[in-house]
Formats: sequence, C-alpha cells, structure tokens
Amino acid sequence: MDLAYTPQEEAFRARLREWLAAVLPGLPAKPDPGDWPGRRAYDAGWQRLLYDAGYAGLHWPADAGGRGATPTQHLIFLEETERAGAPYVGANFVGLLHAGPTVAAEGTPEQRARWLPPVLRGDEMWCQGFSEPGAGSDLAALRTRAVRDGDAYVVSGQKIWTSHAEVADWCELLVRTDPEAPKHRGISWLAMRMDSPGVTVRPLRTLAGSTEFAEMFLDEVRVPVSHRVGAENDGWRVTMVTLSFERGTAFVGEVVACRRTLAALAAEARRTGRWDDAVLRRRLGRLNAEFRALWRLTQWNVSEAQATGGVPGTGGSVFKLRYSHARQELYEAAAEVLGAGDALDLDREWVRDRLSSLSYTIAAGTSQIQRNIVAERILGLPKGR
Amino acid sequence: MDFQLSDDQRALRTGMRDLLAGRFGRDALRAAVEGGGGVGRELWRELGAAGCFALRLPETAGGVGLGLPESVLLFEELGRVLLPGPLAATELAAGAVKGAAEGEAVVAVADGDLPVAHLADADALLVLAGDRARVLTGAALRRALDGARPVRSLDPGTPLWRVPDLSGYEGEPVADGARLRREGALLTAAEQLGSAVRSQEAAVQHAGEREQFGARIGSFQAVKHLCADMLVRAELARTAVYAAAVTAVPVEIAGAKLLADEAAVRNARDCLQVHGGMGFTWEADVHLHLKRAWLRAGGWLAAGGAEELLAADLE
Repeated sequence: MDLAYTPQEEAFRARLREWLAAVLPGLPAKPDPGDWPGRRAYDAGWQRLLYDAGYAGLHWPADAGGRGATPTQHLIFLEETERAGAPYVGANFVGLLHAGPTVAAEGTPEQRARWLPPVLRGDEMWCQGFSEPGAGSDLAALRTRAVRDGDAYVVSGQKIWTSHAEVADWCELLVRTDPEAPKHRGISWLAMRMDSPGVTVRPLRTLAGSTEFAEMFLDEVRVPVSHRVGAENDGWRVTMVTLSFERGTAFVGEVVACRRTLAALAAEARRTGRWDDAVLRRRLGRLNAEFRALWRLTQWNVSEAQATGGVPGTGGSVFKLRYSHARQELYEAAAEVLGAGDALDLDREWVRDRLSSLSYTIAAGTSQIQRNIVAERILGLPKGR
Repeated sequence: MDFQLSDDQRALRTGMRDLLAGRFGRDALRAAVEGGGGVGRELWRELGAAGCFALRLPETAGGVGLGLPESVLLFEELGRVLLPGPLAATELAAGAVKGAAEGEAVVAVADGDLPVAHLADADALLVLAGDRARVLTGAALRRALDGARPVRSLDPGTPLWRVPDLSGYEGEPVADGARLRREGALLTAAEQLGSAVRSQEAAVQHAGEREQFGARIGSFQAVKHLCADMLVRAELARTAVYAAAVTAVPVEIAGAKLLADEAAVRNARDCLQVHGGMGFTWEADVHLHLKRAWLRAGGWLAAGGAEELLAADLE
C-alpha cells in the first residue's frame, strides 16, 4: 500500500507539465458557451494539439491508435491537465470516452479504421443517442425502432438529453431491433451519421439557461447494417461495456477542479471577512476532507483497475454517489461565501456552477439508481420492484 | 503507485481477524459489557504476544518494525469486534512504558477535560497537554485514581472517570506529544472504520433475512438505499484512513478522523433504523457500536478541531 509514483510515472508527469506550460499560453480565448460552432472548433483544436503531441487516446490500446498508457498514467494526465487549467474534453466527450472505447472493444477492423482515427485527431465529433422520453434511468425501456430493409436499418423514434447533438457528426444510437424480445435483449448499437435525411435536432434549454443538450427526432432514417457495432440484438451488452468506461474515469479531472474551487472559496472568504464565521469556516474544512478523500478513492479505484487489468468495476457507483452530492454541497457553500446578494448574480461563475451542479445526481444514472446498483451488485441485497 | 493492500498486509489482517474471532466473539463481547467493560488481561497479553502493540517498535527494541499502515489494519479489526480497552494509548506508549509492548501493561490516556477511560485498569496514564506528553505511574497514578470520581458511562463497554487537575502530578516526559496526538487520532479512526463496516454488514444481513409485507425488507428501495449509503460512507472513510496511514500528513489524519467518525456514527444509526424495533433493544449489538462510536468521536481530535485544521489547510 503506497501512494508514491514510480520514476517512470514522475518522468511522464514532468514531460506533460513541460508540454502544457509551452502550449497553453498559445490557445485562443474560450468561446461563449452559447456559441456551438465556436465551441466545436475550440475543442477540436485542443484535441488536434493533443494528437500531434502524442497524448490523444492516451489510455486506448495501441492497436486502436492509442498510447496504451497505464491507468496511473491516465490518472496523472487528467490530474495535470486540470491543474494546468487546460480545456476539458468538451464536445469530444462522447467520442473519446464512450463511442471510441466501445468501437475499440467491440468493433470490426474496418469499423475501428473508419471511426477511431478521426476521433483521436479531433476531426469528427460524436453524440449519445441512448435516452428517450420514456427511457431515462430505465434505459432498456427504449422504443426507437430499427427495421431491416436490405442492407440498411430504417430507424424511427425520438431521443432526448443528447449532448452536443447540434455539432456532432456521428451518433452512437441504441435502437430496438427485436420488439418481441425481453426488453434487455432485442437492442442494437448503431453508428448513425447526423446529416442523414430524417434526423431533426431541437435544442433543449436547461434550467441553467444554456442549451447543453437536445431532443432528436428520427423519421425513417436509413443506417447501413455495416454501421452496427456488435451482433444484432446484443446492444445491451455492448452498452454496458460503454457505461463501465463512463463511470471509471469520467470524474477524475473534476475532483481536481473541485479542490481548486474550494481553495478559491477559502481565499474569497478571507478577502471578504466571512472567514471569521466559524460555521462557514468549518463547513469549508469538512469539504476539504471530502474532496481529499474522493481523490484518494480515485487513486484506490485506479490502483485496483491496474492490479486486476480489467475494466472499471462497480466502485464507480460508490464514487459517483458521493462525488455528485459533494459537488452540490461545494456550490451551496459557494453561495454562502458570495453572500445573499451576489449569490443571485448570474454573471458570477459560482452561481452558474451551482445551477449546473444539480445535474450531477441525475446524469449517467440517478443517485437512486446508483444506490440500487450498490445495494444489489455489491451488497447482494435481493432485487426489488 | 500501488494503493492496494500487499499480500503481507492481507495476511496480517487475516491473522488478527482469526485471533479475534476465536477469542472475542459475540458471547465474549456481551460478557465484557455485562461485566462493566473492564480490560480482559489475558486477551490483552495475547494481543501483545501477537505484536499488536509492538508492531511499530524497531526490531532492535523487541518490536516488529512495521509502520502505521499495518497498525491501522490491526486497529480496524479491533474496532470491528468492539474490543474494550485503551488500545491506541497502549500502542502509542509501547517503548515508553515498561510492559506496554508485550501487552503486560495497560496504558490509559488523559486529555484535557475529557473523562479518562479504563483508569482503574491502568498501569500507567499517558497525560496529554497541548503538544506535551508525560506518563504517570506508581504513586502519582494511585493519587490520580484516589482523587478520581467514576462517571456512569454512556458506553457500557468503557468505564469512565473524571480525574482531578493533573498538571501538578509528577510524570516521565514522553517525546513528541504532537505526533502521539496525530497517531492516536489515526488509530482511533481505524477503529471507527472497523465499526462502520461491521454496522454495514449487520444491516445488510438483517435486511436480507427479515421478512415483512411478504418480502425480505432488503428488496425495498427505502431499506436498500440506507444500506448503500452505509457502504459509500465506509468506503470513503477507508480510503481516507489508509491514505493518512501511508502519508502521515496531519491534515490527512484530520480528514480521516472526521470521515471515520461520521461513518461509524451514521452507520450505527442507520443500522439501528434497519433493525427497527429490535434495534432499539439492549439485546441487539447495534447500540454498543453507536455508543462506542460517539465516545471515540469525542476524543483524539473531535470534529470541531479536525474541521479547523482542515480549514487552515485551504490556502
């Protein structure tokens, strides 16, 4: 049991730091959150910089175009890029963290050659067509139909909460290919071009006022059968592979960011004199314990993944449950630091972050669903209704 | 980075779990409680012989030469079974008090205004005052006991005494009181972790067996979610405690104590809730874990102090 990094890992960190220090000052200014084409160009530019420097798809296997880095190196990468204030993965999120790893794990050689390099270079963006109005946390209840017609599927239905749909080139789409099968079977995983005839995207406005995701209407969209990843009706298993990647490392950088925000809250409280309030001060102290421990839990999970050599396990649910709650507590404390007046000012970043933090206990499986997963799969409690 | 238990560490933990399962099962726990919660000398010696107290002493001094992580693993096991006695103080005094390392001596601790646990059983008293520490033995210890007043202890496993002002009592100085405070907090956090895990296991077991409304209550989400939250609390506390044992950094120890206290107290309360009416009886062990958790949370760096330390770290 140790927390020391090897000389090789420290050398990797040092090279990365040096590169970040050289490249970050030259980045263009961040685009306005409402400017989707600008956001896409910005995120694509960052991905291209990573690609040219050999950091794209760091933890992907080498035969998928990645660098085959260890989980610990990936952890260092996420820690250092966040610490240096580098851009987030942004519009590349689905391609790099969901669709890419799924294609790498389950795709044919042709599919890997077609889809993986453009993701790594930042040339093509993906979005996620999983959820539907009637299938959110109960994802397997999805109803979007795909009917075989020659060498294509004809897809009709509606998707929702589709992040980055406005600028995506491809959609990882879950469809029902066998309506007679039990609900977890009869699902297939397709890659659909977003400019296909019959695809309509309508942005959804979130409670934070932004349009982070969209509704997507599919009206007899033709998707080549060759764009199916995995066997027909085996899409649920393929999806579970995808989700284990999502829960594994999706929040690593964010814990580092939360620790930075917490330090900024303390500095602001000192500046304004609110630090003298022992109740607030201790609340920030407790959050320090929380985020330090969440970082250690991340290291524990990564060490475990490295030791077992497998995909991330259910430990991701434990992490997500606590982290999503802690993040909301952090921005509740931020409102306290700002004071009653400033906490109402939408021009303050912490106020906007307070709003967006509300999505964390819902997205990628609500806290209630995560508790069911922990209770049934880790603790072995009986399934219920 | 290899933040997982080594094979040796797993073996050490298994060895201690087996020893305690054989020597301090549920009947022994209930007997200890009904007997007023004194220290069981024979078991104390066995723990000493197993290296429990001498674990961190160098081999040249008759110790085992291991570190804080190994001590933390053993104390987690001691916390699981709710073993009574001033475990942390005796481990810390090994090397400073004759017989402590071997389990021949019991060392109690006095810290500020807090009542002293197991004073009547003590062969020595570790007195903490700020960052200074000293040990009272012999006549000074007898005088302290003569002037002490027993407290009706909330925890039936831990007899308590209020002691007179000890500042004038003569004692042997012990080096680095600040370090003793930190390590005492960490070892206590490890006991809390063990207790939190035990409460979680007891709740899950009950929820998987007890039937109401024609179903096992563990199939109800309301119960399921209580249990899931217990696991999450225990796992976060575990990584905090283990990481603090590896780094021994003061602010990490403060965080570990805070989170382990929370896990032990909240898990015991949720375990009681899962047990329903049965949980509110003397016969169920739930209250023993809750009462000991409250006692441990109040000593060796309580929440207020830990939070201030963690706040001061936010630069």
